[in-house]
Parts: sequence; C-alpha cells; structure tokens
Amino acid sequence: MPELLQFLLSGITVGAVYALVALGFTIIYNASDVVNFAQGEFVMLGGMITFFAHAAGLPLPLAALIAIIVTAAIGVALNKLAIEPARGAPVVSLIIITIGASIFIRGATQLVFDKQIHRFPAFSGDQPILIGGATILPQSLWVIAGALAVFVCLWLFFTRTLIGRAVLATANNRVAAQLVGINTNYVMTLSFAMSAAIGALAGVLVTPITLTSYDVGLALALKGFAAAMLGGMGNPKGALVGGLLLGVLEAMTAGYVSSQYKDAAAFIVILAVLFAMPQGLFGRKSTDRV
Amino acid sequence: MRLSSKVTTLLILAAVIAIAPVFFPSSYYFRVGSLIFVNGLAVAGLVILIGYAGQISLGHAGFAGIGAYACALAPVHLGLHPALAALLGALLSAAIAYLVGRPILRLKGYYLAVASLGFGILVSMVLSNEAQLTGGPDGMAVPELGLRAVLKAIGIDLSNTEFWYAFSGLVLVLGAWLALNLYHSPTGRALRALHGSEVAARTVGVDVAHYKLVAFVISAVYASVSGSLLALQNKFITPDVAGFMHSIEMVTMTVLGGAGSVLGAILGAAILTTLPQVLTIFQEYEQLMLGLVMMLVMIFMREGLLPSIARRIRGRAE
Repeated sequence: MPELLQFLLSGITVGAVYALVALGFTIIYNASDVVNFAQGEFVMLGGMITFFAHAAGLPLPLAALIAIIVTAAIGVALNKLAIEPARGAPVVSLIIITIGASIFIRGATQLVFDKQIHRFPAFSGDQPILIGGATILPQSLWVIAGALAVFVCLWLFFTRTLIGRAVLATANNRVAAQLVGINTNYVMTLSFAMSAAIGALAGVLVTPITLTSYDVGLALALKGFAAAMLGGMGNPKGALVGGLLLGVLEAMTAGYVSSQYKDAAAFIVILAVLFAMPQGLFGRKSTDRV
Repeated sequence: MRLSSKVTTLLILAAVIAIAPVFFPSSYYFRVGSLIFVNGLAVAGLVILIGYAGQISLGHAGFAGIGAYACALAPVHLGLHPALAALLGALLSAAIAYLVGRPILRLKGYYLAVASLGFGILVSMVLSNEAQLTGGPDGMAVPELGLRAVLKAIGIDLSNTEFWYAFSGLVLVLGAWLALNLYHSPTGRALRALHGSEVAARTVGVDVAHYKLVAFVISAVYASVSGSLLALQNKFITPDVAGFMHSIEMVTMTVLGGAGSVLGAILGAAILTTLPQVLTIFQEYEQLMLGLVMMLVMIFMREGLLPSIARRIRGRAE
C-alpha cells in the first residue's frame, strides 16, 4: 500500500507540471487556434533565468519574479514576430513555425547562458514529509499548490472578469469579437503573456526537484501537449485532469511495469483516447461547416 | 517542343546529380551529396503525404528507423542479404503504416500530428530500450551492401563515397519519377481532390479514407528505404534515426522547399542537409540559425522556397 501511495504522490507531482504546461497550451490554443510547440521552452526559461538571477546575487523570490516577467515578454515577442505575421497559414506551417521558435529559443539560451545542468534551493527545505508510509518533498507540495492556484485563477479569470470573457469571445469568433468592440490584438498579446508566465512559473516551481538545462523544453512540451489532448484541447479543466492523469499513469507504469517504457504508456493511452473519443475527455464534439 | 513539368523536373534533377561532381574539390562533398539524396528520398515520400494529400505526420522517422534496423538485424538474425533486408524493411513499414494509418488517419490537423508523433516516439523508444537486440542508444553495426565489389569485378571502380553518391542519386531519381507519375495518375488526382475538400471529394465518389491510407503507406515506404540507405551507407546505426528530431527535420525539409513540388522538397532537403555542414564553424549558432530559417521561410514564403521563387520570376516575366 505505501508503495502505491508513493507512486501516486510522485505521479501527482509530475502531473501537476504537465497540467501547468497543458494550461499554457490551452490559453494560446483558445485565443489563436495555434498549438504552441515552444510551450516547453517557457518552462525551461523560467528555471534557467531564475537560476542565473539567483546566482548573480538576487534573492530567490525576486529572481523568480524577474524570470516570469522576462518569459512573458518573450511570449509576447513570439506572438508579435512569428505567429501574428503567419495568421491564416495552414496547420503544417504553424507547427513548423512554433517548432522553429522552440529550436531558436533553445539555441539562444545555450548561447546566452550555458549547457550545464542547474538547480536552485527548494523553497521550504529538502526534508521529506511522511504521509502514510510514503514520502513527499515539500517542493512537490509547492508544485501541486501552484497548479491548483493557476487553475482556480484561470477559472475565475475566464468566468468572472470582462477581459476573460473577451478572450473567450475572441476564441469563439475573432471577427464577431472585433465587431462588438473587443481589441483582439490586445487579447492575443495578453494570452501569450499569460501562457508564457504560467510556463515560467512551472519552471520556477519544479527546477529544485527535476533540475533544468537548456534542452529540457521539448520533452515537457510533448507531455503537456499530450495532456491537453487527453483532456480535450482548449478546455482548462481537461488540461488539469489530463495533466494529473498522465503524471499518475507514468508513475504507475514506471513503478509496476518498466521504468524504460513509462513514456510509452503515456503515448499508448493517448492514442487509445484519440481513437475512442477523438475530442478528449472533456472536449466538445465539433462539426465541420461545409 | 514543350516538355511536361514531369520530364523537366527529372531532367533538372538528373543533370544536377551528374554534373555536380565536376565541382567537388574533395571526397567529402560526395558524402554530403549522398546524404542529401537519402534525405531527399524520404522527403519525396512526404510530398505525397503532405503536398498531394494534405495530411501531416510527425512520426515518419519511425519508418526510417524500421528500414534502417531491418538492414542491421535481418542479415545477422535471418541470414538475409542486406538488399533483401532493405526490401523486408520496406514491406514491414508498409504493413505497419497500413495498421497504424487506418485508425489515426481519421484524425485531422493537430490530432493527427500528435497521434503520428506518438507512433514515432514509440518506435524510437523500442529501438533504444531493447538493447540486447538493437544495441540500445549506442547503436549497432550494419553489414556491407556488397554492390561496390560487384561493380569493381565488371570494371567500374568507384571509391566508397563516389559509389554511395551515385547509388543514392539513382534511387532518388527513381523515387522522384514514381512520385511525379503518381501526381498525374487517378490516385494522385483523388489525393489532390481530398486535399482541397474532403467533403467535395467524397461527394464525387472518392473513397477518402482509402486514398489517405494509400498516401500514408507509400510515404512510409519512401521513409523506410531512405533509412535503409542511410544505414547501409554509414555501416552503423543509432536510434536517433527514428527520433522525434529526425521526423521534424523531414517535415521541415518538405515544407521549406515547397511541399507541393517534388523538386522544391528535394531543394529543401539539400538546404537543411548542407546548413549544419556549413555552420560547423559557427557550431554554437547552429540551432539558432536552424530555428530562424524555419520561422522566416514559413512566415514569408508560405508555399515554400521553390514555388514562391518560381511565382516571383513568372510574375516579373509577364
């Protein structure tokens, strides 16, 4: 039993990170119909910038704040310089643009910083907490709390604020949103900034556990993408549940089947979900207009 | 006499392959050339899938991996000649593409992208994890094809790099010829119809699911043969051949040069294959440059390099 609980706890921790990446995907996908393959790079930037700001002598919270702001600015730049000019391009082109952006950011990070693996101290020490025979790191609690907090904030934002509804309206129909007076350019900028900031936050929270280096982004992007798809693209609740499910699934596979094939399990389940219910767990059925 | 675009394409391709060696200062250039042809072959297959049929795959390196490892494993375990092993790899790829393609081609756009990506990652994972069979991430040796010795016996003495330049060039021309023929065939027309509009194609009686599957299987065979050629040429293979980055490279080459045109896509393969070689002096900047090229071409030349340039030239002439 403690074994199962242990796998569950580590699965939820990893799953919370996937959920954060998936939430970032969801925001951009909702606002622009673009799946941003550079989402994982935001997580990487969050960790790397925090490390170097902290190493330069800044206190950790300030370093983390700087990392989140800088990453948000990079997200906005990505939209202005690469996504906006390609508006209306086919899906294949958009996939290549965002993958190009991800390779570009990786290359730039490696030049500006370095190729080493980095870590900064955990927020509340490294003393594991005992729960029913299993242990959990205090930092894991930070990660899980972070994912839940972001989810709640997003939910409030989208349902209770005017600007949140404007984002939803833009997602639904860009032209109609413009007609009722929504500044859709501002909405796009805001969406990319929020998405990048959430990614950077995930990087800040998880780096003390998983460490970071310039090339961790791609794997995270793929997992986050898979999680978003598992839950149903464009649905924040789906992103959260999909992320947690994926994390737990991986941990169970690693624990009971084979640690080498933990990534395989994730992709097999995703393929199965796509075949059985192509819209994901929480997605709405869509019909094509002819 | 006005030549058809098919003949023009093949003539340009064959002429470039035949004449380029005159300007090669060292054997290293033959090596780069044959790498271009190997990538060009995989890309010609993707033209059928992406350019003709309008479908996407982010997992075609998986088929290249199957082709490559067939050449490494079948001679050792089944006692097959490497050429037959490549054939076996192609058949296996076709069979797997058929089985995988049936369910996943029902999906569209990003969903299809992630499903094919998942397939590719599964293949590369099996190749790196089944170390007792495949040597794991360290890779394994591939036997000699033996064709060069045969050529030597009948009086054609080529160095190793020259042989592979000529041989993969020949296979590429053959592959391009088949792809161009397909374009003008009933199958090609059906693929282009469903690319334009699946509903419209279905209305006029095109079996959409069937033709998508045909395109998927054919492009998988191209990728598989390309993987086999790479393995036989390098005489060594690692699971990287099936990796996600290789899939991305293949799709990027296709779209960069122009997914709708076989010649354009091969040009894309040539550019992306030579870029890292040229940039070795600036190795630090390689990723930066690659990412930048991918973004710029897709933003400013949406149809890809060759069609965009061709249009500009034609526009000026009129």
